[in-house]
Amino acid sequence: MTDSTSFTNQKFKVIGQRVRRQDGMDKVTGRAKYGADAVAPGQLVGVILRSPHAHAKIKKIDTSRAEKLKGVKAVITSKDLPDYTNGNRDLLSMLENCMARGRALYDGHAVAAIAAVDASTARKALKLIKVDYKILPHVTDVDAAMQEDAPVIHDWVRTIGVEPAPSKASNVSMRSEFGHGDVDAGFAKADVIIEKSYKTEQTHQGYIEPHACLASMSPDGSGELWVTTQGHFAYRNWCAQLLGLDMSKLKVTSSEIGGGFGGKTHIWMEPIALALSRKANRPVKLVMSREEVFRASGPTSSTSIDVKIGATKDGRIVAATSECRYQGGAFPGAWAVIGAMTSFACYDLENVKTVGYEVVCNRPKVAAYRAPSAPMASFATESTVDLVAEALGMDPVDFRILNAAKEGTRASYGPTYGPIGIGPTLEAVKKHPHMRAKLKKNQGRGMACGFWFNFGGQTSCTINVAADGTVNLSVGTIDVGGSRSSLSMICAEELGISYEQVRTHIGDTAALAHNDMTDGSRGTFASGMAAIIAARRTKEVLKLRAATAWEIPVEDVDWQAGYAVALGDKHSNLEPLSLADIAANTENTGGPVAGHNEFVADGAGVSFASHICDVEVDPETGSTRVIRYTVIQDAGKAIHPDYVEGQFQGGAAQGIGWALNEEYIYGEDGRLQNPGFLDYRIPVCSDLPFIDTQILEIPNPNHPYGVRGVGETSIVPPLAAVGNAVSNAVGVRMTHVPMSPPRILAALEAEA
Amino acid sequence: MEVQLSGPLRAAVGNQSVVSVEARSIRELFRTLSERYPEFTVSIANGVAVAINGNVYRDDWSTAIPENAEVVLLPRIQGG
Amino acid sequence: MSGAHVSTTINGDAVQFACPNDESLLDALRNRVGLTGVKEGCGTGDCGACSITLDGRLVCSCLVLGVEADGKEIGTVEGLADGDKLHPLQENFIKHAALQCGICTPGFLVAAKVLLERNPDPTEQEIRYALAGNLCRCTGYDKIVRAVQATAKDLRKKSKKKSR
Repeated sequence: MTDSTSFTNQKFKVIGQRVRRQDGMDKVTGRAKYGADAVAPGQLVGVILRSPHAHAKIKKIDTSRAEKLKGVKAVITSKDLPDYTNGNRDLLSMLENCMARGRALYDGHAVAAIAAVDASTARKALKLIKVDYKILPHVTDVDAAMQEDAPVIHDWVRTIGVEPAPSKASNVSMRSEFGHGDVDAGFAKADVIIEKSYKTEQTHQGYIEPHACLASMSPDGSGELWVTTQGHFAYRNWCAQLLGLDMSKLKVTSSEIGGGFGGKTHIWMEPIALALSRKANRPVKLVMSREEVFRASGPTSSTSIDVKIGATKDGRIVAATSECRYQGGAFPGAWAVIGAMTSFACYDLENVKTVGYEVVCNRPKVAAYRAPSAPMASFATESTVDLVAEALGMDPVDFRILNAAKEGTRASYGPTYGPIGIGPTLEAVKKHPHMRAKLKKNQGRGMACGFWFNFGGQTSCTINVAADGTVNLSVGTIDVGGSRSSLSMICAEELGISYEQVRTHIGDTAALAHNDMTDGSRGTFASGMAAIIAARRTKEVLKLRAATAWEIPVEDVDWQAGYAVALGDKHSNLEPLSLADIAANTENTGGPVAGHNEFVADGAGVSFASHICDVEVDPETGSTRVIRYTVIQDAGKAIHPDYVEGQFQGGAAQGIGWALNEEYIYGEDGRLQNPGFLDYRIPVCSDLPFIDTQILEIPNPNHPYGVRGVGETSIVPPLAAVGNAVSNAVGVRMTHVPMSPPRILAALEAEA
Repeated sequence: MEVQLSGPLRAAVGNQSVVSVEARSIRELFRTLSERYPEFTVSIANGVAVAINGNVYRDDWSTAIPENAEVVLLPRIQGG
Repeated sequence: MSGAHVSTTINGDAVQFACPNDESLLDALRNRVGLTGVKEGCGTGDCGACSITLDGRLVCSCLVLGVEADGKEIGTVEGLADGDKLHPLQENFIKHAALQCGICTPGFLVAAKVLLERNPDPTEQEIRYALAGNLCRCTGYDKIVRAVQATAKDLRKKSKKKSR
């Protein structure tokens, strides 16, 4: 029972309450310490020299003048980063992405780095480094990169997943295929077939805190790294592997994280900071500028997608296909594969085939962005679904309800679904007052669905009971959305104590065993499950201590509402012992009280959402405003409803920005033209309305409380929800995201 | 039992979408597939998730595979 | 680069620092005075994370030189609370879950304080436009606007009581 993870439908006292967040006080007073807020005695300032070219051979780097500048303590190039990767191409790509090795592969690729006594000296020294480039042909567009005559970026890339295996290098690193049934036979039965091609532009996670770290390496091979990250264990492992260090000698402490959304699941300049520190034998602080964040961290893929859906007159989809071409940046990635897996995950399909192509381009190495790859695939699918419903003369919500996946449906990506929430979110859409609100001229309403897998993975945590009966929970999965408070709630619930008695901290890499990153919406799911088990184990220890104090068998002790209770009439003289009573007496009953759990949190429950969006389009300018927005999503169980709503709203806002404004704009020269928040415009407060939310709770059978992940799904539907709303407002079908004013105007003019 | 493979994993077993394997645990399944299809060891290194009756297991190879279970092998993917 | 000696008042206290002439006030506050509650999100005045007041006026400290602060009064997030008593905005940001990662929070609090000093009863639209210079990527602004609305209400109640 202690370690069981099955859903039990238990009654809650703390779970579901809206308690005050534990990190709130530090965050409203300015005391919270982020990546750039740490200071070490004698620290140097690190800066990085970056390639201005999209693709260039680095013939020579002359650092001699920079090295001679007074105040410069270390200069490094790829020569200072020997290859320890032992034939592991993925690791070598990671190293090569941190610092170019002979070739600059995109505008912004690091080529050298400097540590100096202060920022102005470091910047001055940067200008003294002379790099001799030979410019090579480049390609930044995903479709162009797939052409026969495209410049081939890596001579070692061969397309995996095609027969016969190609002997020639290309920019397509992998083809992957999913699905079941016979799509040709399915389309033959269809009364209506809609086929459409879509493009989505590259966007950035846009976290407000740039990448930042403070690295300190000693000549004996030990070191410390303070860093803003979604996974300090992963950072520790990668940095140690790339620098030839023992993992256990590098202690990584995660700072407060100022937003990540997937962009901080990967290392970008942390090994550089450590290498500079190693060479200078001084601590080095390295903070990216906003321009560097845009040019040289990991935005999401730009894509090109074809979707074909066939349906019969009675409204059933009989066949569906998609081809997803995803640009992964300068190194092979696995992003189209997720697009192909998620394309039709919302639907119950007998015949479905999806194909993904991973494409290398001269752009920064793509990283995860909140439900990575799913929003683009959803945009293509959900736009087409609306077109099919229209062609059939059916209401788009009814059409989706008729075709929605349910328990027992074989997912288009393979497995069979357990209990899921797509049907209930659609039914909730149908009932929602938003659907009946009146629209004015140039206004339109659209809706769309979205899916995300959710992850579990390796997790460890420790509960320590203090001498006064208050409790510390240490977890190793980074808090990105309030999980410290949610985990304290879980711990309090299990121990039968108040929320205020528990304080949760993120342990460093030396304090806990490995924890996977906070990605895949796993934070509260996996750490929560680990905390439940650790708390139940702590209760067992507490019962044993009470039994020892009472000199009765432990079988006669129960734990009830925060107290050890002696069961049975023969013990009726024994007053219940509180957690504080037991904690005060640990030295005489067997030592300190703690509870641990180290495990793999399997059984993450998939999550679905349906969004409703109203827009108003100005036909004169093509400018579009979202005037009302509703998110309906299955959370499994909302531990802290405020934080669940916060995830719903934040994801929707990011999706709206993607739908209407945000895009990487490259010039003919392959340089990024808008690496700043002025020209890469994310939604501001006056761009958005209040975002209504409705939390559904369809329990995940594999979590004691029924929790599913909630963080990512909310960014999946907005692209199509906005697109469908625009289409309903002004009668043009938008197939290119973002639907910026020029694109909408062009579509309106083409229609007229 | 019949094991379904999806996406890039199909290439590792000679472009088949279904293979027959006798295995009582994920570990046994992976061992058998690696012996039969040497390329599958590369897939394991890249990460394979195993869906048993719809539940996805990513790391714990001791997980038992019940008789007549639906087993689907998926590529391991990244999240945000 | 030559430097200058700067005498200012920060959050009510007299503070002196020396900085190069080309250093931003943001860098001076963070690195010389130690007020790291002032955040850098962009360094180009686009994100508002470094918002402070300079003689009562809301500015991005990344767009002001350290030397320009000489003789001026600076207000930062660190000066919002009155001893151990939080400013009502700080209270409401916690109560209404108006923050997630929190990196933008100091800037929002300073900007919202300036708004409410000038306009004790702002409409939703006025709040949204007053805070449009502060970027938040986590919340979609929903709970931030609600926290500011709640604070405005609290403060109006308080001033009514006082004036009675």
